[in-house]
Amino acid sequence: MKIEGKVWRYGDNIDTDVIIPARYLNSFDPQELASHCMVDIDETFSHEVQTGDIMVGGKNFGCGSSREHAPIAIKASGIPVIIAASFARIFYRNSINVGLPVLEIGSDVEKIKAGHILRIDLTAGCIENSTTGDIFQAAPLPGFIQDIARAGGLIEYVKEKK
Amino acid sequence: MGMTMTQKILARHAGLDFVKAGDLINCKLDMVLANDITAPPSIAEYKKIGRPVFDCTKVALVPDHFIPNKDIKSAGLAKIVRDFARENNIQHYYEVGRVGIEHVLLPEQGLVAPGMVTIGADSHTCTYGALGGFSTGVGSTDLGVAMATGEAWFKVPEAIKVNITGKKPDDITGKDVMLTLIGMIGVDGALYQSLEFMGSGIAELSMTDRFTIANMAIEAGAKNGIFPVDDQTMQYIKNRVTTPYDIVTADDDASYRRVVSINLEELKPVVAFPHLPENTKVVGTFGDIKIDQVVIGSCTNGRIEDLKIAASIMQGHTIHPDVRCIIIPGSQKIYMEAMEKGYIKIFIESGAAVSTPTCGPCLGGYMGILAAGEKCVSTTNRNFRGRMGHVDSEVYLAGPQVAAASAILGKIAAPKEVY
Ligand code: SF4
Repeated sequence: MKIEGKVWRYGDNIDTDVIIPARYLNSFDPQELASHCMVDIDETFSHEVQTGDIMVGGKNFGCGSSREHAPIAIKASGIPVIIAASFARIFYRNSINVGLPVLEIGSDVEKIKAGHILRIDLTAGCIENSTTGDIFQAAPLPGFIQDIARAGGLIEYVKEKK
Repeated sequence: MGMTMTQKILARHAGLDFVKAGDLINCKLDMVLANDITAPPSIAEYKKIGRPVFDCTKVALVPDHFIPNKDIKSAGLAKIVRDFARENNIQHYYEVGRVGIEHVLLPEQGLVAPGMVTIGADSHTCTYGALGGFSTGVGSTDLGVAMATGEAWFKVPEAIKVNITGKKPDDITGKDVMLTLIGMIGVDGALYQSLEFMGSGIAELSMTDRFTIANMAIEAGAKNGIFPVDDQTMQYIKNRVTTPYDIVTADDDASYRRVVSINLEELKPVVAFPHLPENTKVVGTFGDIKIDQVVIGSCTNGRIEDLKIAASIMQGHTIHPDVRCIIIPGSQKIYMEAMEKGYIKIFIESGAAVSTPTCGPCLGGYMGILAAGEKCVSTTNRNFRGRMGHVDSEVYLAGPQVAAASAILGKIAAPKEVY
């Protein structure tokens, strides 16, 4: 699967309270969650994000609470993939489970800035920065995690196995 | 090469003799937990699979975050959980008036025990590592699948050995130990790893201290935190745990990615400054910071020993006129015990508000939301931007002794400043 989109760039330790503040957790409707996504650090995001745009963060992206509302809010905003230096583990797991691919590229992430255009080959884990010409390679998903991703999430995977 | 405690427990639940860090395995689960925020989406995912609940005695549904219902939408969430619990004969569902904060309640009710594998749709599920089991937080999809299958996949973690030594000074709590550790290794210092606590100093830590420490393993990015089982653990589970359990010890030749040492004797009361739990500073090493609110409670520090410490400091004093002090016992049992021991009287006489058990202000839900520019000393576990209210409010994390002293003096203070 190939993706091309504009970068929304955030820093290190982006926590799930920032991605979707607890005051909005009285709903789990994806579109409603998306309408509040990132609001506490970036009021423009939910208004201006375009389907296909790419979210890029620093290290420990998605730390904090286990709320699956966080990757759901990002996915429902139209973001098809998140790239970060590293991900907090529950967020990583949740993203895969809800069918939102995440790519870990370590310190290479520093070469990606807001507004850059990225072209991503998800299957190969290859990221091309069309703005700067840089090319990055993300670590491939391990073992049966690939099967979960291919099935489109954990529920589909479990149903397939039944 | 041997296995760590965590690795051994995971291996046993996967039906394997041996696992090593990095292995992807499927484990049988002993307990599965969700709360009023995470259960509704878990139930929605569960329903897509179309199987019955794997075991209605191994699911705990604990409405604790926005209850007693804070608004109409939360009432709707709580109702989804209640209806599901009734329809599926879920044995461990707790209604308002009998409920407590999930991670205080499950150990108290004997639902978690040594050697067990527990997952919860709540990141602080790692709390139960205090009892020598493996427990970790997951999302709603994992939880929905777990309710249907009784299984979950895991990547076997590498480990950090936290070697604790020395005698614990009187003014130090488990919170100081953990905030100091997070300050040393950082909020991603244990990413994808387990924190294995050991050493001669463990005996110095009460079960309350251990619950507080294991609870905040996630604040260092860890998958889980785990303590060895000793006399204190056995004393705690006696008369609580009725299901079989399994005491697991680490192999002598288990491998650890790194060793971090903490000498309890050297610790001082600390606070974590906004907006990360790693911003640890020793109380007294910074200038006066005036505060507007103090919260004592949560799954980190809402146990009877925490309330005892707070009461011992607040007795005979009054809350500073500029401070709102909110105290929330972690369970009804704790509330009752605090009443019988006279702590509640001390709190109310000193001018504090005491609430029925709830997460409430900890996650900025209700019962103590901060306005722009306000500062709060809190015994909770996260001080992220906006965690407790307005994005321009500030949360300083501390143990119950620092929180109580700060409530009296109106600024961040060490307990010794009160007397
Ligand atoms: S007390 Fe706070 S950290 Fe603990 S479960 Fe409730 S909201 Fe989460």
